[in-house]
Amino acid sequence: MKDHYDIAIIGTGPAGMAAATVASAHGADVLIVDEQPEVGGQIYRGITHQSIKDKTILGDDYYKGQSLADAFAASNADHVSGATIWQVSPEREIGISKDGAAHLLTADQVIIATGAQERPFPIPGWTLPGVMTAGSAQILLKSSGITFSNAVFAGTGPLLYLIAYQYLKAGVPIRAILDTTPKSNRLKALPHLPGALFHLSSIMKGRKWIKALKSSGTLFIEGIDNLKITGKDSTEAIEYLLQNKWHRIEASNVFLHQGVVPNVNLAMASGCIHHWNEQKLCWHASTDEWGSSNVPGISIAGDGGGIGGAIAAEYQGRIAAYQALYTTNKVKKQERDTNVLPAQHALTHEMRIRPFLDAMFRPATQYRIPTDDATIVCRCEEVTAGKIRESISLGCAGPNQLKGFTRCGMGPCQGRFCSLSVSELIAKAQNVSVNELEQLRLRPPVKPLMLAELANLTTLASEDT
Amino acid sequence: MHEIEMKPSPKVSIEFDGQTLQANKGETVAAALLRQTHLAFRTTPVTGKSRGPFCMMGVCFDCLVEIDGAPNRQACMTYVEDGMRVKRQLGAGDTGVFLSDEEDTQ
Repeated sequence: MKDHYDIAIIGTGPAGMAAATVASAHGADVLIVDEQPEVGGQIYRGITHQSIKDKTILGDDYYKGQSLADAFAASNADHVSGATIWQVSPEREIGISKDGAAHLLTADQVIIATGAQERPFPIPGWTLPGVMTAGSAQILLKSSGITFSNAVFAGTGPLLYLIAYQYLKAGVPIRAILDTTPKSNRLKALPHLPGALFHLSSIMKGRKWIKALKSSGTLFIEGIDNLKITGKDSTEAIEYLLQNKWHRIEASNVFLHQGVVPNVNLAMASGCIHHWNEQKLCWHASTDEWGSSNVPGISIAGDGGGIGGAIAAEYQGRIAAYQALYTTNKVKKQERDTNVLPAQHALTHEMRIRPFLDAMFRPATQYRIPTDDATIVCRCEEVTAGKIRESISLGCAGPNQLKGFTRCGMGPCQGRFCSLSVSELIAKAQNVSVNELEQLRLRPPVKPLMLAELANLTTLASEDT
Repeated sequence: MHEIEMKPSPKVSIEFDGQTLQANKGETVAAALLRQTHLAFRTTPVTGKSRGPFCMMGVCFDCLVEIDGAPNRQACMTYVEDGMRVKRQLGAGDTGVFLSDEEDTQ
């Protein structure tokens, strides 16, 4: 690590790897940092040392990450892995903590490629041990080959069907799939079908997963109207509401999923403007065609700015890298334009399916805004929906005030698993759109830092002397 | 736990609440414990309820454990090392204060 770089990239998923490969190939001094020890992000997690012998389990889409990782490995970007990135200031001062010591360095250009996280799924019992995200089921499979027999998969969205299909391919018995996709979504998705037909093969792939799961004899129940998970000290059962009647399935492991959302905390704390996207029900970075934000020198690429998937992320990484190269005088305008044109076309094509997917798998209100007052919304501080509604009735106007009222959003996850629910809850109670509310104010450190680490803070320049 | 055919991995031994267990080199503490179907990793500071890993990617902080005497370690972000001593974390953990957003909230 040096004390200054031309371009610093946060995240080694598809966007970050693609950006770093392009940027260093054009002679830029590049730093790329990630929390994980290995590259790949979550989508290609474990790609550089995959130990699962049967490649059909994770499938071709996963192994596509190999060529990206290989190209990145051949680049001469400085790769700092296993590090916590706790700030990117508007002046592009980057705070990194590694092996118990904090460092500060600067860069002319910063590309934030922090990827996606699971959308919160605040239902009764979602905090019980044994309840995990479908994404975590996939992380365990990709990184350690770990699976859970007789688990229940509940929710909606392609990732839910994909991981269940991967379990099926691996021969892991599944207790049930409880599909919460509202039936009315089909009609609302219909107008977006023409765009999606450009990706007919993706749609057919999804249909293949669902068909395989259904014909395997796995219990696959559609049209679920509500869910709750019960158990004393850990998960004992999942209960579901179907046609006005509650049913119960005993299970020790439940995997929840209702889509992924951008991991916005770092970019928001850097001062990048975000807006509420009502179609995608999450925050989106307000960026231009290059991914550049309102903060000079800071751009956002990949799912961290708005969900587009792994392939789109790769193109966005390339586009952001060329713009950073152009801004730092490493490439001329014409070279930039010639090089990004194919990526821009491919990105436009890639995004055509998104409006259809967003409408088709839009999670129903009751899974985003808890109906039951006792449901925990803020997992860290154990703040319930009832407590939040009570605070609103006492005059709490927005998510920042709510911190003072309830400590909601003040725990170590810093609102990552409650702020979307909180925003929607307050907006609904006040009968306004989320865009009319103030946003949760985020400040560095965006990841909890031990006081001892900060006490040892060094700038790299002072280390050298 | 259903076994999937994997390339063999070197093993390490870790301790969880005094009990020795085998883990694969290169996996996280959370993965190693989940492999042995340990689902509850800690109790919460506010109500003392049991919690375990939820997101497995460093976002939720529900898998906090004590590792070699240091509390508030994310089990899903910490990789196993031979001889590592892991303990369930009860409540807030004794020392090692997190520095987080405690700004004015009004």
